[in-house]
Amino acid sequence: MTVTKLVENLGFSVLWKGDMGDEKIIRPYCCDLLSIAMGKLPANSAWVTVMGNINTVAVAVLTECACIILAEGAAADEAMLSKVRQQGITLMATDLTVFDAALKIHELIKDEDT
Amino acid sequence: MSDQIHLTYQVSGDDFTRAGEASSDVKRMLKKMGADPEAIRKVAISMYEGEINMVIHAHGGEINVTITPEEVQMVLSDNGPGIADVDKAMEAGFSTAPENVRSLGFGAGMGLPNMKKYSDDMKIDTKLGEGTTVTMKVQM
Repeated sequence: MTVTKLVENLGFSVLWKGDMGDEKIIRPYCCDLLSIAMGKLPANSAWVTVMGNINTVAVAVLTECACIILAEGAAADEAMLSKVRQQGITLMATDLTVFDAALKIHELIKDEDT
Repeated sequence: MSDQIHLTYQVSGDDFTRAGEASSDVKRMLKKMGADPEAIRKVAISMYEGEINMVIHAHGGEINVTITPEEVQMVLSDNGPGIADVDKAMEAGFSTAPENVRSLGFGAGMGLPNMKKYSDDMKIDTKLGEGTTVTMKVQM
């Protein structure tokens, strides 16, 4: 599953379409504590979180995260939006819960594999 | 000696919007040099955690990075309050971070444990009231 394909199939609102559309997504990852995510976020994952600040983007860049999804209706602040534009990372948002958003991503990946 | 690269970064205190710039810069450079992706990830994570620690606890500081074909050495020095109990600070989950930092998603007590986990060698020199120097090495 590529980032582009995930964006097309999820139907979440796209806050920024990054320049890594061909990047492969292997799994969703859920965590709001940045220092836990920093140590454990698997490369090439779609990160579902409610933390809409600039530090989320810094962690995503350093861990080679493929895209960020803000769940539970969480909003991105201006600093986050300008950082994703600068770093070319795709950012989406949804009113779904963290679990439901991650489940939807998981199912899309699984469906593509079978 | 010519294949050594030295980099120096000033980390400003209490500025979370810029935290991560030094580690991103080193990451970019290692990537350009064609370093092993796992080694790059280890450097990026351990250095970022150190950077964040300097912002949260020490009002900033200085990071000196030396890159050789064999290893990356990061020396993070600050003039902060020092660490009262290093063993305690190394425990996962132990944190002295203030509430405003926690609301940003930090302060889970994973900074030093992550630095230890992702570097191949870590040394902490600290003195109360004078500051802390953390030296980390990652094999390339």
